[in-house]
This record gives sequence, C-alpha cells and structure tokens, in this order.
Amino acid sequence: MQRLFEVGEASALLKREIAGEFPDQRGRFGPYGGRYVPETLMPALDRLEAGVHRWLGDPEFAAELDAQLADWVGRPTALSFAPALSAKWGAKVYLKREDLAHTGAHKINNAIGQALLAKRLGAKRIVAETGAGQHGVASAAACARLGLPCTVYMGAIDCERQAPNVGRMKLLGATVVPVTGGDQTLRAAIDEALRDWVSDPNGTYYLLGSAVGPHPYPLLVRQLQSVIGREARAQMIRQTGALPDAVFACVGGGSNSIGMFHPFIGDPGVQLIGLEAGGRGPALGDNSATLTMGRPGVLQGCYSMLLQDADGQIQETHSVSAGLDYPGVGPEHSLLMSTGRVQYDYITDDEALESLAECCSTEGIIPAIETGHAFAGARKWAEKNPGTTLVICLSGRGDKDMPTLQRTLLKGKL
Amino acid sequence: MTTVNTTRLGHETIGDAILAANARGETAIVGFMTAGFPTKEKFLEELVRIANTADVLEIGVPFTDPMADGMTIQRASHQALVGGVSLAWILESLRGLAARPKAPLLLMSYLNPLLAFGIDRLPAAARDAGVAGFIVPDLPYEESHEMRAALEAVGIGLVQMVTPVTPHERLAMLCREARGFIYAVTMTGTTGKQVAVPTEVTEYLQRVRQLSSIPVCAGFGIRSAEQVRLLAPVVQGVVVGSALVEVLERGEDPVPFILGLRG
Repeated sequence: MQRLFEVGEASALLKREIAGEFPDQRGRFGPYGGRYVPETLMPALDRLEAGVHRWLGDPEFAAELDAQLADWVGRPTALSFAPALSAKWGAKVYLKREDLAHTGAHKINNAIGQALLAKRLGAKRIVAETGAGQHGVASAAACARLGLPCTVYMGAIDCERQAPNVGRMKLLGATVVPVTGGDQTLRAAIDEALRDWVSDPNGTYYLLGSAVGPHPYPLLVRQLQSVIGREARAQMIRQTGALPDAVFACVGGGSNSIGMFHPFIGDPGVQLIGLEAGGRGPALGDNSATLTMGRPGVLQGCYSMLLQDADGQIQETHSVSAGLDYPGVGPEHSLLMSTGRVQYDYITDDEALESLAECCSTEGIIPAIETGHAFAGARKWAEKNPGTTLVICLSGRGDKDMPTLQRTLLKGKL
Repeated sequence: MTTVNTTRLGHETIGDAILAANARGETAIVGFMTAGFPTKEKFLEELVRIANTADVLEIGVPFTDPMADGMTIQRASHQALVGGVSLAWILESLRGLAARPKAPLLLMSYLNPLLAFGIDRLPAAARDAGVAGFIVPDLPYEESHEMRAALEAVGIGLVQMVTPVTPHERLAMLCREARGFIYAVTMTGTTGKQVAVPTEVTEYLQRVRQLSSIPVCAGFGIRSAEQVRLLAPVVQGVVVGSALVEVLERGEDPVPFILGLRG
C-alpha cells in the first residue's frame, strides 16, 4: 500500500488536487485516506457521506451556516497587520485572527457546521473527542446552541493540563468523560469516541474535530474550515492588493492548516508551510512531528503518515501543546507533502513557547501554544526571506494554556 | 474432532471444523486468545490446550489502538505489548509448535501491524505458521482487495464481519465474498459486553444464515452456556472472546470453561 511517488506522478497528483478531484470516489487523496473502520460503522459513514453531498452544497443549509457564522461565531474574523513583529522580523506580517472566533479558536467553524448537519441527519445525540479541549468546548457550545445533547471524551492527562476547558464544557451542558485507557490524550479520546459511536451508529452523530479519520471526515472538516483561507485570501487582496508570499499554520491533525492552505493551493506564488510539534527533540516518542518523521500506515480510519514503530504499533507522542499531541495527521496533508506543494517542518517546545511570548509582548495577543509553533516557523522563514509578506493562521487564543504557561514561561515569575 | 485435511485449502479447514462439530450435534466454539497474554510462556501453553478443546482458535495480535474492542481485550493487548509481543514473534512461535494444534488457527489483527509486517511477506509467513484465516476488524470489504488477493493466493481466507445494522444488499454481498465463516456480530458496540438474545438478534442471524453458503458464527458478548443454547438453532458456531480472556486473566483453567459452554 505504501507507494513512493515516481517522477511525474507527484505533479500529476498535484494537478488533480488543484483541480479539486480529491478526495475521489473512494475517499482518497492520491494514495492516502480511505475508510478503515469496523463494519458496524460502514452504513453510518455511507449516510454521512450522502449527507455531506446533499447538504453542504444546499443553498438553504449554506444560508443557515453563514448566519450562524456571522451572528454567533463572529465571522469574518479580522486579518491584523502586526507592526511590531514586522519590524523585528524584517517582513510584513499579517495574522488571521481565529482567536477572535467564538470559543477562542478555529474549532467552532467545524463544530457548528457539523452540528447543523447532524440535525439534518436526524441525530439524537452528539459525541466528540477533544485534545486541547478547544474542539470539546466548540462542540459543547454548538450543541447547546442547537439543542443537542453532547458527550465529550477527553484524555485524563489532557483533562489535567487543560483544566479550564473541562469547566467550560460542563458549563455549556456537555458530559465530559475522562479517558484513562491508552495514552490518555487525544488518540485515546478518539478511540473511545469511536467505541461510543459503534455502540449506537444510528442515533449518535460523531462530531470529529480534525481533518483526520475515515472518509468523508477529512473532506467535511476541510470544507468547513476553508472559510479561514477564503477570508484570509480576500482580506489580503483587499488590504495589500496582492497575495502573500507565504502562509503558515501549525499542524496536529491538521484542521486549521488545511482550512488555511486549501484556498491557496492553486496560487503558485504562495508558499505554504505547516509546522508540526518537534517536542523535546527528534527521538521517537519525544515529538508529534508526524509528517516530518513518520511513515504511512492506518490509524483511526485512514491511511496517512503515522508515528509508529517497526511493528506498526502507534508511538506515544509528546508536545507541550495538547492540540498537536497526536501521532497521525490528515490524509490531505500527506498528499500535499508528497507532492511538494506544502513544506512541513517542526518546531520544538521551547521555540514555540519563545515565539508565543514574543507575540504577547509585541502585539498584545496571547496565542495558543499550538499557534506558537506557526509563529516560530514564520520567524525562521522571515530571517531567510527578508522583505516578504507573510500570513500566520493565529488558530486560537492561549487562555486555555495558562496552567502550562504557569509551569513554563511564568515559572518563578509570579 | 477432525484432523486437518491437507488436500483442503487453509480457509476451507475452518468451515470443515465447524461443520464437524455440528455433525456431532454441537454448536462449534471459536475460542479467542490475545497472543502473549497473560505471558508469552503461559499463552503458548494454554494455546495447545484451548486448540484441543475449541473447534477453531482465533489469536489476537495485540495493537495499541484496538478500537473495536472493549476493556478486557484492551487490557490484555496492552499487557501483551508490554511483554514484547509482535506479529513476527507470534508467527515464529506458531511455526515452532511441537505438534500442530487440532483446531484451525485464525489471526485477528488490526490492519496497521499487518501493513508494517508487509503484505508481500505476510501470506507465506502466515501459511508457514499454519494460519488458515485472518480477521481484520478495521478492514472493510471495499479496502480489502489487495490483502484478500494476497492471502487467497496461499489458501488463507479473510473472514468477514457482518452486523445487525448492515443493510440487506450489503449483507448479501459480504456473505458472497466471505471465507471460512461469517462472523455475525450480535450487537452494535465493542467486544465483551454481556448480551441477551432477543428475537431481533435471532431474526437477524437467520437472515445471515439464509444468505451464506459457509457457516455462520455469532460473536461479541457470548459468555454463557445459556446464550449458546439460545443461539444454537440459528448459527453453526459462537465466538467466545472476552469471556475466555477473562478466564485466563483470573488464572483459571480455560478447558472446563469451554466445555461448560457446550452445556
């Protein structure tokens, strides 16, 4: 199943990607993607796929989603010029402000869209997984807004390091189930959410939070998150009269990044750069840099790059940011890397924290630690490419990270 | 109990063993063990005894993310992985068994360990280890062609799962393509929960049986002789997984437990 691209194959695949041919009929992005789930879920995924095709292009559905995005989420989010960072880095830096979206991150774009779809499909209840807690909060909020009961699975380690978000989910009426099995982080939470869904595939809707999982989730999440890139592209043209030279986003499962990148894929002059979590360093188990260090395999429903050992067992991962602490990545990112359209690099815990601090003190914005990775990548790139124009997807705000920041950046300072 | 007939293809021996049990007036028992659980040594010891008691033996390849399994098999898989169990060790150990087990052997594995081992190497290595069939819970029919063809080339079959929510046309298609036996999941959910046998379940199993030309075995949540007795009129066999793993977990003798299921 693992295929190395031959000369010519990569450019042919990229042409098809730009033409919007992926995912194909089989839910594939080139060799990646597909649908690797227990038989019990196959009819539910068929129904979901039919629902995605039926409703996402439906004018009435689109109008309802647009109204929720405008009046409740607060879209469009701002594109902010960052004068101090621009001066420091010697580049023109723009920030796409997903931190200003309701509940504090891009996750709400997907959550409200899928919750609306779940209602159309007749779901009785929603289950969701969460890593950093942002998707859990967004799902809880969207479900409260639409009157759907919501259960969120969250790794026990994440419950502790993202404690403020557990309280928010509970206030929003969700049931939060700490997952003590597996790695006790996002991966275990997804496994547990899948087990819940397998138990009631007809009445339950699984609101998956990233561009991962079995077809059609990578498509569905990309479509709902592409609002980020569409807005940013139009805002750049309006504010500067041109497209940027490079666009940066952090990559865990890869939802903010695919949402940011996808509308720019057909713009050959725009470099796209994804930043993964380099954690403590390049050793296996010390990071979550799936694309830069993994190899292809199947986890949680799709064939994509994966951090695994020689026996195909999934690796424990590490990142200071819970939202990036995941051994898999969305299949479209694997394609975009293989074709060379997007460059992926990794940023260590320390570099991400340092860049987070820099943004706080210069721009008056506290980004999420996840987003700190994108800032660090952009700064490195600006050093090598002075005078260029950059856009950073500021995927979320850092309020949820205060417990971690108190143990790291603020240690000994309070 | 029949001995393995070498003129039959590997996957055909599975159905033969199930039908042989039926010919004796018994519902076939497909026993499940997690490989290397509770320890590598104990597993190999119990494997021979269970394979001489059950009609078919399903051996679980431990995986870090067993999404179709309940707590019991998750726990056993984790312990086996900590103990250093890998697919390579399992195949080597099976090949090295002093005497061939009476029951045909199946491997239950999630897809990724099989991909890591290599679809090119797997069929011959599995055949040499005496494996007659594979159950891959996260490999639905649509994604299975490459694996299916590679295994069938050496006579190994891919056992297909069907569930109570499988639509009729899909059920018919899956029954046509299955090898060994049809693994009819008795309920939606993960392995290991106790289930009653309500009329919907027996009706569904009858539907499966009508569509299938190979034996049908019910699995997920089978724990008692009472359940086996209720299922006996509608299936040719039952898969006993979590309950058997729990017997091993408690350090009890699996042989009387299996004999007890026969009532």
